[in-house]
Amino acid sequence: MVEKTPFSARISRFAADTAAALGPEIQKADAACAVLLDHVGRLAGAAGRALLRVLRRAAITTWTLASAIAVRLSHLSWRAGRHVVRGLFGLDRGDMETVARGRIKLIMFAFCAVFIAIATQLSHLAIISDPGATRGRSSDAVASARPDIIDRNGDIIAIDVKSPSLFAEPRRLIDPDEALEGLLKVLPDLDVEESRKRLNSGKGFAWLKREITPAQMRAIHRLGIPGIGFLKENRRIYPDGPILSHVMGGVNVDNQGISGLEKYIDGRGLAELHLAGFATDRQQEPVELSMDMRVQHAVRDELIRAKNKFSALHAMAVVTEVNTGEIISMVSLPDFDPNVPGNPKDDAYLNRLTTGVYEMGSTFKALSFAMALDSGKIGLNSSFDARGAMHFGRFKISDYHAENRVLTVPEIFLVSSNVGTAKMVLSLGVEAHKAFLKKMGQLDRLRTELPESSEPIVPRRWGELNSATIAFGHGLSVAPLQAVMAVNSMVNGGYLITPTFIKRTPEEAQKVAVRVLKPETSDKMRYIMRLNAEKGTATKAEVPGYLVGGKTGTAEKVVNGRYAKNKLLTSFTAVFPMDKPRYLILVMLDEPKATSETYGFATSGWNAAPTAGKIVERIAPLLNIAPRQNLPNAEQLLRAPLKVADRH
Amino acid sequence: MMSRADRTVLSEWWWTVDRALLAALCGLMVIGIILCLAASPAVAARLGIADPFHFVNRQVLFLVPAAVVMIATSFLSPRALRRICVVVFAVFFVLLMATLVVGPEVKGARRWLTIAGVTVQPSEFIKPAFVILAAWLFAESTKRPEMPATLLAFGLLGSVLGLLVKQPDFGQSLLISLVWASLFFLAGLRWIWMVGLVGVGAGGGFIAYMTVSHVQKRINRFLNPDSGDTYQIDAALNSFRNGGWFGQGPGEGTMKRMLPDGHTDFVFAVAGEEFGIILCLIILALFAFIILRSLSRASKESDPFSRFAITGLALLFGLQAAINMAVNVHIAPAKGMTLPFISYGGSSLISIAFGMGMLLALSRKRPGAAALAALTEKPSVEPVARPVAPPAGAMPDPA
Repeated sequence: MVEKTPFSARISRFAADTAAALGPEIQKADAACAVLLDHVGRLAGAAGRALLRVLRRAAITTWTLASAIAVRLSHLSWRAGRHVVRGLFGLDRGDMETVARGRIKLIMFAFCAVFIAIATQLSHLAIISDPGATRGRSSDAVASARPDIIDRNGDIIAIDVKSPSLFAEPRRLIDPDEALEGLLKVLPDLDVEESRKRLNSGKGFAWLKREITPAQMRAIHRLGIPGIGFLKENRRIYPDGPILSHVMGGVNVDNQGISGLEKYIDGRGLAELHLAGFATDRQQEPVELSMDMRVQHAVRDELIRAKNKFSALHAMAVVTEVNTGEIISMVSLPDFDPNVPGNPKDDAYLNRLTTGVYEMGSTFKALSFAMALDSGKIGLNSSFDARGAMHFGRFKISDYHAENRVLTVPEIFLVSSNVGTAKMVLSLGVEAHKAFLKKMGQLDRLRTELPESSEPIVPRRWGELNSATIAFGHGLSVAPLQAVMAVNSMVNGGYLITPTFIKRTPEEAQKVAVRVLKPETSDKMRYIMRLNAEKGTATKAEVPGYLVGGKTGTAEKVVNGRYAKNKLLTSFTAVFPMDKPRYLILVMLDEPKATSETYGFATSGWNAAPTAGKIVERIAPLLNIAPRQNLPNAEQLLRAPLKVADRH
Repeated sequence: MMSRADRTVLSEWWWTVDRALLAALCGLMVIGIILCLAASPAVAARLGIADPFHFVNRQVLFLVPAAVVMIATSFLSPRALRRICVVVFAVFFVLLMATLVVGPEVKGARRWLTIAGVTVQPSEFIKPAFVILAAWLFAESTKRPEMPATLLAFGLLGSVLGLLVKQPDFGQSLLISLVWASLFFLAGLRWIWMVGLVGVGAGGGFIAYMTVSHVQKRINRFLNPDSGDTYQIDAALNSFRNGGWFGQGPGEGTMKRMLPDGHTDFVFAVAGEEFGIILCLIILALFAFIILRSLSRASKESDPFSRFAITGLALLFGLQAAINMAVNVHIAPAKGMTLPFISYGGSSLISIAFGMGMLLALSRKRPGAAALAALTEKPSVEPVARPVAPPAGAMPDPA
């Protein structure tokens, strides 16, 4: 019988059993509880049943109604349809009036169709129309206005100037030959044949010469030729000429950016504005660059001197703020004047710092050291056997200044030993090497605001030999700016920050920064780079008072598939001040020649390093860094690591 | 404001005329003047007329008599209209024949006559009269099938068509043929005959295409734009594109200087360029309103003559407008057809005003008793005077 006992009773019995042990008070409360539960159950049941009844009734009513409506509707629609068809086609032939009425309706339908067709075509014409373009042509300022570009201090880099353009309305010309004769008096450089063709074209509008001077405009105006007119156009002016050529890029005759940052500005939405015809609005916010024109001037000046002194083919330099990734200055020689239109295929138009890729040579060793020190397996006191040469099949790796002894890690850096660096990297393994370079952004294309960039040249099959050579900067070609980004992270506390040409604060930089190295690794790198300037290959870059540190790099260029001993690409990476790094300078010279001053040497320590030193000397005051006395020496850098708060 | 209790002729007119239709027609006239201001100075400049407002002044000069004609005609009774139309038809039929003999040849056609220094195009004036006469004949044919009204209608069409083709004026021929055929269709023509009639029309068109070179050229050009010079239609389409939704602004149009008939056949394109597609759509909507309202009036009309006449006049007006606009937006082959009330042209303006005046007169609210009288009237006896009962809501007439 237990299974047939109601649930509530079972509970109460259970409760009673328990309550017997606990006391009569609890038992009483429990009984009340049981009664309540019973009631609740009964109420719920009743409510459920009522709900079901209502639902069923509602369903039946709906069904009945719906079917009735459906029957009525189908009947109605059949009748209506029949009525319409008979009315329209005059099948009720008995009554002429009904026929006529139906047929008038048919005519109305036909008219509606025709009017809808016309309206559709009109709307189509309106949608495909381009009134903005023609409006632009009829009003002034054909070429779109561009925002001003200013440097980090607010100095003007690029600005729009209104200048008149000459056009003809060939249809309104009375005598094209006479008109041409008059124009040639003012504009002797006008292409006679082309202009004659345009003047005789019979068109409504033809450009004759874009962007003439106000004086020429006045002179042509005085000629009083009917059918010749002027439109004011915006013309881009770069007051500093070639100083910032590659970074600026340029604009075409319609004032649209075609390269460099000008193209980047178009890509940010200016092109769309221009298409929509709103770019004539002068209320555009200026674009604030991270560049410093004063520094740019100084760097370019020093670089031109170095290029001439060492008869280098090309010379490049870049200055970055290591904590934000901002590019303060960027020079690639030869350069061009963006005010003067030229052939973009010209050698001068190549920005070698972003578009060129190079085997960076020993500068790349810094990456190998950062990797070794960051691995935790190799410390500053580890040492490697740098005696003799390394052999990989028929390839041989040897040192430029062979020391032929066991070297400690800082020593390898100071003497720039290829063998030591290669052994150090190989001790960590090829895969770890590859992964590290990937992490440091050296195997992928670096994309900045500049539209011009190049993919690094990475060996397709990467074995021990590749790792050994890449360890000292051969066998992997990267854009110089890419290497700069990696070195930045070694001295700024271990953050990889994509370089930028647009001004940004340290906070904004922190948002895009990726930690790639331990802070201790960064401290150790600062130590060995400073040590290098004190007593290594970088002593010629030392500038008293600025605590410069750096790494030299001398790469042999590949000529006809072999490394040429006498064609060098020298580079120097300088960082200052080493106790609290702010700026990094990369100087590169392509095929510098030895001079009497350098005692016949053409390696980096004799040309790129002193150039970097001179640049530091000139730009440090501009960048608000005063020379100091009582500077810490390299060892002290190790004992006083950077605090996070110090970094900025 | 006029009181409904007034029994003056003016008050009767005001309370019975279709005021919405009247407003729409006046709106078109005003738009016509504005567009003439926009389009015609460019044409005047090209034609070497010193006064840039030459065409504007003339258009305004013609608009005054046109408005008078329209309002005056709308006062007339259907019977009076019929009589006037017989006279107008007879006069202009003679003038139409005269053009073939004494009319000067302009662009290969003899369409104009100079009477007392005024150049008149008789074919414009004969159109509304022709429609009324055709409507009358078809109405008679439905009322009394024993009369040879249909045969007379054929004769009417044949005689006018013959003269028009002789001019030659294929646009007007096409227009009156279409209206005539539609009226025949309303008169209860069997579908099978309708198909036959369409066949005959298509055959006529085909013969015109085969034998008349400029018709052939125009159709070829429409079907294949590369086959010839499409300068005019290209300029028209460019005008619309230039204008966009809101237009270039009054006087800012540039394509109008290249449109040869900017003030007449292609005034719609000029409207598009200067005032935008929006105005074009408004004009289109006004035409659609006038036509559909007239036709719906016609379908409610119980008197066969009024029904046929209103339909015919609305069709004449609507077809002309629709063909003109369709040509402007290039969904029909080029055809010289003016846009009613909008295009420049004195004859066309006054003729259309006359037609619309008749439309207004016929669509006036008439009491059912009068309509019934008209329906059952004896063949030869017209009611001497149409008693006009007060409209609904007015005081009942004690008489």
